[in-house]
Amino acid sequence: MAFDYDKYLRPGKLPHIWCPGCGHGIAMKGLIRAIDTCGLDKSNTAIVSGIGCASRLPGYVDFNTLHTAHGRAAAFATGVKMAKPEMNVIVVGGDGDGTAIGGNHFIHACRRNIDMTYVIFNNFIYGMTGGQFSPCTPTGHKASTTVYGNPDPVFDISKLAIGAGASFVARTTAFHATQIDKLIAEGIKHKGLSVIEVLDDCPTTYGRRNKFRSVIEMMERLKTMAVPVAAASKMTAEQLEGKVLTGVLHKEEKPEYCEQYAEVIKRAKGA
Amino acid sequence: MAKKVALLQGNEACAQGALYAGCNFFGGYPITPSTEVAEVLSVELPKIGGKFIQMEDEIAAMASIIGGALAGSKALTATSGPGMSLKQELLGYACIAEVPCVIINVMRGGPSTGMPTGPGQSDVQQAKWGTHGDHPVIALVPASCQEIFTETVRAFNLAEKYRMPVQVLYDEIIGHMRERIEFPEPGELEIINRTEPSVGPEEYKPFDPSFGDVPPMAAFGSGYRFHVTGLNKAADGFPTTKADLVDNEQRRQLRKISAAQSDIELNEEYMTEDAEVVVFAYGSTSRSARYAVNELRKEGVKAGMFRPITLWPFPEKRIAELGKQAKAIIVAELNLGQMNLEVERCVKGACDVPFIGRVDGEPINPGQIMDKVKEVK
Repeated sequence: MAFDYDKYLRPGKLPHIWCPGCGHGIAMKGLIRAIDTCGLDKSNTAIVSGIGCASRLPGYVDFNTLHTAHGRAAAFATGVKMAKPEMNVIVVGGDGDGTAIGGNHFIHACRRNIDMTYVIFNNFIYGMTGGQFSPCTPTGHKASTTVYGNPDPVFDISKLAIGAGASFVARTTAFHATQIDKLIAEGIKHKGLSVIEVLDDCPTTYGRRNKFRSVIEMMERLKTMAVPVAAASKMTAEQLEGKVLTGVLHKEEKPEYCEQYAEVIKRAKGA
Repeated sequence: MAKKVALLQGNEACAQGALYAGCNFFGGYPITPSTEVAEVLSVELPKIGGKFIQMEDEIAAMASIIGGALAGSKALTATSGPGMSLKQELLGYACIAEVPCVIINVMRGGPSTGMPTGPGQSDVQQAKWGTHGDHPVIALVPASCQEIFTETVRAFNLAEKYRMPVQVLYDEIIGHMRERIEFPEPGELEIINRTEPSVGPEEYKPFDPSFGDVPPMAAFGSGYRFHVTGLNKAADGFPTTKADLVDNEQRRQLRKISAAQSDIELNEEYMTEDAEVVVFAYGSTSRSARYAVNELRKEGVKAGMFRPITLWPFPEKRIAELGKQAKAIIVAELNLGQMNLEVERCVKGACDVPFIGRVDGEPINPGQIMDKVKEVK
């Protein structure tokens, strides 16, 4: 039987704002399947976003949804989670939202290892504003503000998350649709801050300027650049040039923030 | 039974007032001269199962209290000028998304880093105009440690009642000064909590104007699933660009305050009945003004003081009346001209509005005020 997405979608809120060929819809469907897999109660789940194309996702789904200000999703979500640790809190957003204007909130959410799941849709560009370069736009590539080629080095979001202290970090792509929900589900089940980076495509503002002739070509790129972690261990540095690792990149058990704060409460009460 | 009394610093009184009001969430970031509010609450909140979190920056602190408030908490943050500048972004978010919360601004000089350990009253127009767009504003300006306690309680009440952020501004002098505080008994001061929905989740709309200008507010996780956004929104909470809906929503939000001015406005008038010269002063400056008025009365000068305790919304009507009664309303404040503009606007030329401003890190002293009163012809 086909999966019933309608159970989680708000009636009357589609069509979404995403362009034809955008991978965000694939990622959203993956998120919904993951939530279903984990059996999360809709009323006990908050989905929090910032600003940008990906950040419009919460409006379409039937949960406690919070569309905040640019870059601030993780900080708002931290407030929700601290106030009600029993709630499932999922953050969604793009690469610019999460790692440029929201970079500070992102790394500190990772550092606290607060039990939330951050799904970051990395489409290598600021899509909503018309294709300006983000911290994830490949060096040399073109954006509306880098017509001569992007001079900036790139953030590796997953490495950033691991370095900042997130206890579960995984990466996949919009091409690998069935892996998206598996990794998000694993992230939701993991106690602590989970980051799932979904490499994505923006045909309208990134593909067009960088000589991708079709969405299929962009998906092919995602397919060929992805190398599963296990396969990578058998490859040479030369073979890994220009590739990105996919799958679970990091997983560790360490103290979770709300549990740590519950201990603070116990100590304050003199127990 | 005798009341519990204590010698408390203004910032400590603020924290105690917040606890009395039912505050159970604090998100903050260290900044002089407000830090003691955070320090006290970091000790006291966990004792009652409340939450204290020190966030990564001022913006995040503001974000955390909005998130906490949406999840049902009574939330507070405290800061000073540079932090208040950073919080403006999400102060606007709390306005448009109609999230009750309280922001303490212990004012120092400025702009920028200014004089972190010196007093200022130069954020009073920022309180009204700092965040972009049209939005309702409530700002309270207590003048003593006891009043910081009661006004912090009132700030929570107004935030909950009108479903919006409320700012409390006091200067570094009273923030760091110690005075005797009488703790009100539990139940002695009214405590207001937000109105919860009277309809079921299926019918609930988070901004339904059929329930009045302040629609009931559900909490995340309570079974009411709704959408919150910083975009202009319709009654159901979802974004809209429909002209009539946007216009209605924006006007309703301003009406929450304009229609409730008499409930929100609070002033103290001191010897204004027959005053020929009125000193308009708030916060620590009003303490010098009171002293000056007492001295001038001994000399037979008919001086009085008007002290706003609610600064925004501004006491327009009363200032206009005093403008007709007095020869002059002297505005004294620790800035180079802010609330005098508002007084001038309200008196409409009916009297003179001489100004005393000071930004050198020292308080305005009574002698300065007395000299200015004597200059009035």
